[in-house]
Amino acid sequence: MKSVVLRMAWRNLWRHGRRTWLTVGAMIFSNSLLVFSISLQFGSYDMMIDNSLQTFSGHIQLQHPSYLDQPKMRYTLADIVANAQKLRDELALESISARASGFALASSNKRSHGIQLLGVDAKHEPLVSTFPGLVNEGRYLGPGAQEEIVIGSILARNLKVGIGDELSFLGSGLDESFAAGVVTVVGIFESGIPDLDRAMAQINLGYFQDSFAMQRAGHSIVIRAAHIDDVDGLMARISAGIDDPSRIVPRDWNELQPGLRQAIQADMTSAWFMYIVLIVLVAFSVLNTQLMSVLERTREFGTMMALGLKPIHLARLVMLETGMMTALGLLLGITLGALITAYLSVVGFSYPGMEEMAVKFNLPDRMYPAISPLSLTLGPVIVALGSLLAAIYPALRLNRLQPIEAMRAV
Amino acid sequence: MAAHRLHFSVLLTLSWRNLWRNHRRTGIMLGAIAVGVWAMIFMTALMRGMVDDMLNEGIHNLPGHIQIQHPDFLDDPSVANSIAEPAGEFEALLQRIESKRWATRIRVPAVIASERETRGINLVGIEPAAEADVSGLPELLSAGRFLESRKDSGIIIGAKLAERLETRLGKRVVVMSQDPDNNIRERGFRIVGIYRAKLPGLEEFNVYAARDTLQQLLRIEGRVSQIIVVGEDYRDIEPLYRQVRQQAPADLQVRAWYEIDTYLATMFNMMDGFVLVWVIIIFLALSFGLVNTLVMAIFERVREIGLIQALGMRPALILYQILMESTLLLLIGLGLGNGLALATIKPLESGLDISVVAEGMAMMGASSMLYPKLTSSDLLLANSVVILLGVLTSILPAWRAAKLDPVRALNST
Repeated sequence: MKSVVLRMAWRNLWRHGRRTWLTVGAMIFSNSLLVFSISLQFGSYDMMIDNSLQTFSGHIQLQHPSYLDQPKMRYTLADIVANAQKLRDELALESISARASGFALASSNKRSHGIQLLGVDAKHEPLVSTFPGLVNEGRYLGPGAQEEIVIGSILARNLKVGIGDELSFLGSGLDESFAAGVVTVVGIFESGIPDLDRAMAQINLGYFQDSFAMQRAGHSIVIRAAHIDDVDGLMARISAGIDDPSRIVPRDWNELQPGLRQAIQADMTSAWFMYIVLIVLVAFSVLNTQLMSVLERTREFGTMMALGLKPIHLARLVMLETGMMTALGLLLGITLGALITAYLSVVGFSYPGMEEMAVKFNLPDRMYPAISPLSLTLGPVIVALGSLLAAIYPALRLNRLQPIEAMRAV
Repeated sequence: MAAHRLHFSVLLTLSWRNLWRNHRRTGIMLGAIAVGVWAMIFMTALMRGMVDDMLNEGIHNLPGHIQIQHPDFLDDPSVANSIAEPAGEFEALLQRIESKRWATRIRVPAVIASERETRGINLVGIEPAAEADVSGLPELLSAGRFLESRKDSGIIIGAKLAERLETRLGKRVVVMSQDPDNNIRERGFRIVGIYRAKLPGLEEFNVYAARDTLQQLLRIEGRVSQIIVVGEDYRDIEPLYRQVRQQAPADLQVRAWYEIDTYLATMFNMMDGFVLVWVIIIFLALSFGLVNTLVMAIFERVREIGLIQALGMRPALILYQILMESTLLLLIGLGLGNGLALATIKPLESGLDISVVAEGMAMMGASSMLYPKLTSSDLLLANSVVILLGVLTSILPAWRAAKLDPVRALNST
């Protein structure tokens, strides 16, 4: 019995081959478009998050509770190097680094500029941030070395200094005393982010603590997780290990860079608006096709009812037909979409003007869509659900069918 | 001629009636077209609104449509790269420009210190009287007063910076910068005004003082960093740009906004492309249903088409009739879609609050209020794509109908 119904549905579908293909065509078009753009979205979001966080802020930072809103010298964490080491042991994670940060006026013998001066742990910093790798002239700080500084490329140009030149910095220390020092430029980094290249410099943490009268304190312990999905687990473990939450709190990347997730949300919302419109249009197509196919078979259905079939059986038949059509659209759409996306994920994808956009969002100037089971199926499955939903109305109409009248219909 | 007119009106009546023979199918297709057209126009208006806002904000912050400065200034915004205040013929030209909106500025990196904190800032020396014309600064003032003259001794800082410095209106701050000979110059200023920027990052960064006061402080009497020119509309500054470039002294660099901020230029240029791609995608999704509807309508009428052909109707007229049917369908759908779009955009004109993603929008350079912007060119684009491509895709099914063999058609079941 079952195979009879299946065969009937399949044959019904091809009574109007062109109509069926046009409807399936709409599905294939929408599905492959959805597969491609959802894969592209996932790919670029991942990259945007990774690139933004890897450059500087890390996934999690431990800070004084007030430091996030007011990054001021006096909101410190005590014994920061020892605490960072303790955390490394507890979490069995090497990519944890301590930092201190302050404002200073950097002067060469020609120019002066206000800069953000960072004291870093030269041994562990390369594990949490891509900055050390961005030094494209000279070298990064040597561990423990005094009186060495690494500065941004625009800053170097504006101060008119090069490798081996001396700089002096002047700021105010934790105890409001003068913090001053003379350092030699050992490296110049170019991150491509103008704000950082213009106003950031790094020196060794120990030297920073001495110069700014900080003793053993610092401002943040930066943690880079192996993967973004590990962040929640790490947050829970770190929070559990904190004795005094009034002195130290963990901040995850959402708190450190709130713009990032919101930019993604905004983009996601507008993208889903477009997807939903596509899905609705496909649903209209299915509704039209199935309603037509039900109406033109009124006589036939009347006869079938006269032979003893109940409206529910006929409704099931119509839904089965829709299901087959949808499955066809789903399979072909995913296949086509996957092929296009796979090709572009290898050769990359770009459009005119993307370079300028990319810089703004820390993206490379070619995008590579990320194919995953989710990105392949998410869109098409919703299209399929929408199509099945659209077929309910034509199927329900069958309930109103009176066999005698139906058999007389033209 | 009369025959033609007769043909036309008969064809029109035929098409109209054919359209409503299957009112459910026509209704569903109209629904699909209306939703598609609505989505085209609605989404485009939102995107336009956002990009427009970004461009206006961005250009206000540069500021100006055209900037004239020392060739090295953009790369190294130091006091050493200053230029003389405009004089002679060049000044006369600036006075003559249509918009009358131009101003000089000083812009140098500086350090600001309150009793408690020190920060690096961008110190801007402005001509208060002209400032309203080139940037929207006076409107952004949230407390205190604006600078009153070019010699005003007060300073205006952002609300966020005041918070960071733990200072407030009426308090004194010390500003430090360099003169062209690399001597550190400093001076105390009283905070006379606090402003709030639409993009919070700027509030911490830009600090405004009177131009002549800064000239004196930095020892650059008679010199400025930039000349800012604002035309009538940023979309159309080429004539002004050419004029200014010709008249400006040869050793100065003249730059239009799209050359200074390539991100803004990209957004501006890509917008039309985005709109076109969006409209085409929606149209393609619609086209399957449109062709489907026509194919069905023709399939049901094969015998009838055979009959009217047998009665002497020429194939060309059958083609016309079916195209007319599809045109009518498209026109009604367009009417509904446009109406729906107008009806949904109108209530949003006072602004759509998207402050839940404010910081994300700031990352893109847009503010947290979205004002949809309906332009006639976008409306025209959406409508003409639907009607032109719609009729084009109808040609194939219509042509197949016209090609039917009357004898076979009459005998088909």
